[in-house]
Parts: sequence; C-alpha cells; structure tokens
Amino acid sequence: MVEPLLSTDRLVKHFGGLLATDDVSIDVRPGEIHALIGPNGAGKTTLVGQLTGLLAPDSGTIRFAGRDITRLPTHARVRLGLGRSFQITSVLREFSALDNVALAVQAHQGHSFRFLADVRRDRALRTAAQGGLDAVGLGARAAMPAAALSHGEQRQLEIAMALAGEPKLLLLDEPTAGMGVEESQRMVETLRGLKRSCGMLLIEHDMDAVFALADRITVLVYGRVLFCGTPDEIRRHPEVRQAYLGEDGA
Amino acid sequence: MQPRNMIALLLLALLAVLPLLTQAFDQRYLLSVGTRIVIWSIAAVSLNMILGYGGLVSFGHAAFFGIGGYAVGILSAEGIQNGWLQWPVALAASMLWAALVGALSLRTRGVYFIMITLAFAQLVYYLASGLEGYGGDDGLNISRSRFAGLLDLRDKATFYWLCFALLCGTLWFCGRLANSRFGTVLRGARANELRMTALGFPVFRYRLVACVIAGAFGGLAGILIANEGAYVSPAMMSWVKSGDLIVIVVLGGIGALFGPLYGAIVFFALEETLKPFLDLLHKGWGEYWQIVFGPLLVLIALHARGGMASLLRRRDG
Repeated sequence: MVEPLLSTDRLVKHFGGLLATDDVSIDVRPGEIHALIGPNGAGKTTLVGQLTGLLAPDSGTIRFAGRDITRLPTHARVRLGLGRSFQITSVLREFSALDNVALAVQAHQGHSFRFLADVRRDRALRTAAQGGLDAVGLGARAAMPAAALSHGEQRQLEIAMALAGEPKLLLLDEPTAGMGVEESQRMVETLRGLKRSCGMLLIEHDMDAVFALADRITVLVYGRVLFCGTPDEIRRHPEVRQAYLGEDGA
Repeated sequence: MQPRNMIALLLLALLAVLPLLTQAFDQRYLLSVGTRIVIWSIAAVSLNMILGYGGLVSFGHAAFFGIGGYAVGILSAEGIQNGWLQWPVALAASMLWAALVGALSLRTRGVYFIMITLAFAQLVYYLASGLEGYGGDDGLNISRSRFAGLLDLRDKATFYWLCFALLCGTLWFCGRLANSRFGTVLRGARANELRMTALGFPVFRYRLVACVIAGAFGGLAGILIANEGAYVSPAMMSWVKSGDLIVIVVLGGIGALFGPLYGAIVFFALEETLKPFLDLLHKGWGEYWQIVFGPLLVLIALHARGGMASLLRRRDG
C-alpha cells in the first residue's frame, strides 16, 4: 500500500463541552481526491482548521508527506506543500487577478525580504502568474481587480493561487459554494484536470460534484467518522443514506 | 511620467531651491518652516510605511523623534560630538526600539495595537522626563553634530539642504520598497492577512522588519530635529506629536508615496497662516488655530478619503 500523503491519527478537539472532532483518523493518498461530507455542524470546518494549523488539536497527530506537522504553524505547512482554498472566498480584493497569483508564486519562491527590485518588472514572476491564470481559464482577466471578478471567477482565482505553490495536496473547502450550475461544472472540470498533479481533500455539499470527482468519500457526523468508502459503497450504505443523503439516496 | 508625480516633482524642485528664495526675499523665518516641513515629511514617510502600506496604526511614532534626538543629545552632553559616531548610534537605538515594540505590539490587532504603541511611546516620554542628569522636563541644550570639514550644520542653508537630500533619499527608498517583493507582501497582509498566511507568508516577520525599517527613518527625523534647534526635550515625543504625524499621513493620503510630503506642507502652511490670521482677528486666538484645522480634517476624512494625493489625482483625470 502506498504511504498516505496526509493522515490524521485519532484527532480530538473540544470546544468547551462540545466534542467537535471525535477520534478522527482519515488519510489522503497521492493523486487521490478524497471527499469529506457530512451535515452542517458535523465538524468539517473544525477538522480543516486543524489540518491547516489555525486550530490546535487536543490530542492525536497529523502527518503530512512523511512528517509530523501537528504543531507546525500554518505558513510552514504551506511551505511543505499543503495548499488550501477557503470556504468563504478569500482573495486580495484590491489587487489585480495577476497580482494575486504573482503573490502566490512569490510565496513559493522562498523569502520575500527583497526591498528594492520592482515586482512589476519581474518577468519570470509575471509569466508564472499568467500561466497560473491561464490554467484556470482566467487568462483574459489578468488586469482586473479581484473584486471586479464574478463569484465563480474569484473561486477559480483562489484555485490558481493555491496551485501557484505547487502543492502536493490541496484542501478545498466547498469550492463550488454559492455557484450556479454552469460555474459548478466548470469548477469540477478544473479540479478534474488537476488530479494528476496533486492530491485533494474536498469538503463539499454539492453531491453531484462529490460523486463526479471523489475516489473515496468519508462521512462525518457529530465529529465522528461514520463511514469511509468508494462512491459506490457510499451510495449503498444504509446508515449513510439515512443520516445524510436522505431517504431517496443519490 | 504620470501627471500627479509631476506635481510632487515640482514641489520637490521648489523645496530644493528654498534657501535661495528665502535669501533673495529676505525671509529667513520661512527657511526654518521649510526645514521643519522637510524633517516632518521624513517622519511621516516613515509612518506611512507601516500605517499606509502595512495598515498598522502606530500611535507612538513620536517616540522615534525622542530616541533619535536623545541619542544625539546624550552623546553630545557626554562630549561626543562626532556625527559619524552619533548618527549610527541614534539609528541603531531607534531600530532596536522598533524591534522591541514591534515584537510585542504586532501580536495584537486594531485598537489594542494603537494602545500598545501609545503606551510604549509614553514610557519613553516619562523616561526622558525623569532623566534629571540630562535636563529632565526642561530638556537639554546640545551642540550640533560635527562632520569635520565636510558639513557645518550651524549654517541654516547647509542644514536645510542636508535634510532635503535625506528626504529625497527616504522618498526614493520608500518608493522602491512599495513595489518590491517585500512591499507587496506588506500591502497584501493589509488587504487580507489570513490569505497571506495561507499562501505561506509568515506575516509577523514581514511586519516586524517593516517596523524596524520605519524606526530607522523615524530615528533619522529625530536626529535632525535635535540638530535643528540644538535642543532636545520630552515635548518632542509627546503623544500629541504622534497624533500630528497620523494627521499628516491621513491628510496627505494614506499609502500614497508623496502623501506625507503634501500632508506636511499643508499642515505647517495652515499652522503658519492660521495663527497670525486669528491673532489679527483677536489677540491670543492664534493659539487655537486647530479649532479651524479640526473641521478641515473632518471634511478631508468625509469627502477625500485618499487625502491630498487623491484630490490631485482627480484633477489630473
């Protein structure tokens, strides 16, 4: 068996009396899309917070690319290749689309303690950033301020920024949230195209997107892993159907 | 060349020949106003680096006036008048202070950051007041820094030109900084700190370095103030001065390269004209010039968010 890229071992997180993460052990293999689903309040966001380093788990460990990253700060995890997109769109609104990606490229190129050279004349940086925009179909929007892009385009921009870091694994927190059908489909296409280059942990409510993309699906309920299996297994699982997919199934 | 930079360059050209003009028209007092404008511009550019580009509202920037000034003053009182020694010590002290205050205050956000920087500045203020050996509350008369054979700082025009050259250098550096990789990270962190962290930037470190850089230029302004009046006192770093610096930056245009220069010119021009004008209306009213200045600032805040820099930009279309 291939060693997983990301794995958690018996992760626990309390908020006061609330057990938000209850003994969670999951893993993502290289090149795999692993979807995490569950009703609202199931603890998906809390789990992502611990994976990215915004929250510290009470106990348990997180391993990524062969290292224990449980206590590593966010920026160090990103450096190791753990990229993410946000549930709520998070771009630099007053920066142009190109500048957004250029910053992401810059982050990946080592430290930015360079005080005098003009970034606007840094051709390598601009070319790489333009390439990133082209990859998500935003090439023509390069000069526009991020705030002027449509919601769907901003989500695409986020993906481009996450990819600029050449991540080994992408944490995607509801990438199709708030999108129309057409935009969702475009996002699914974009993500499918990226599958070869990196693994993904996909948190998503849109079941069409989940079943279209995921190799494996983990169902989280009340902070616990209810079930983990392939999309087919999930479809057949009676408890999952009842707890999450509803009576009719998917 | 963009037209709005043309205005800035014209202003700089005018400032460059100011000593010749004040001599020709026999207005020596104007030269001292000009000197203050130039020195305060340096300090305001320094504040603009962290407030404008970094989004960090430091309410303790006058502490750098004090630290730069007192470093020169104390060395001078101890018999060390060599500028080559005094100035590096003063700059190092300012940067050290910036690193210390930054390391603690940058762990907080918003109003807490403002309060902590103010508290630290007050600390230095009272420390200086307590330095009985160096004049305490009354301050300390010093002799000006000596740069043997190279410059005579007692000569008003020479001193002015030195300050002016340093302002040009400061503006040049700040302009380069703003568009450098470092400056882009700083501006990015102001726009969306969480995003920058998620991209892999240790935002705290970048902000800390920005504070230290700003501290150096703030300290430089302090050195110059001490040399301008051959005098240092706790009053030079009262919290009112920190407030004035914020006012100048806001007035000129937050985050605009030449904003601090515009702001300083308007600030001092208003002070110098409103005072005599109000005194003319009624003797003694001049002291309250800020009664007129205050509402003006409110108007700027309400109607010209980008300060003078955005007003000039609008006119140019």
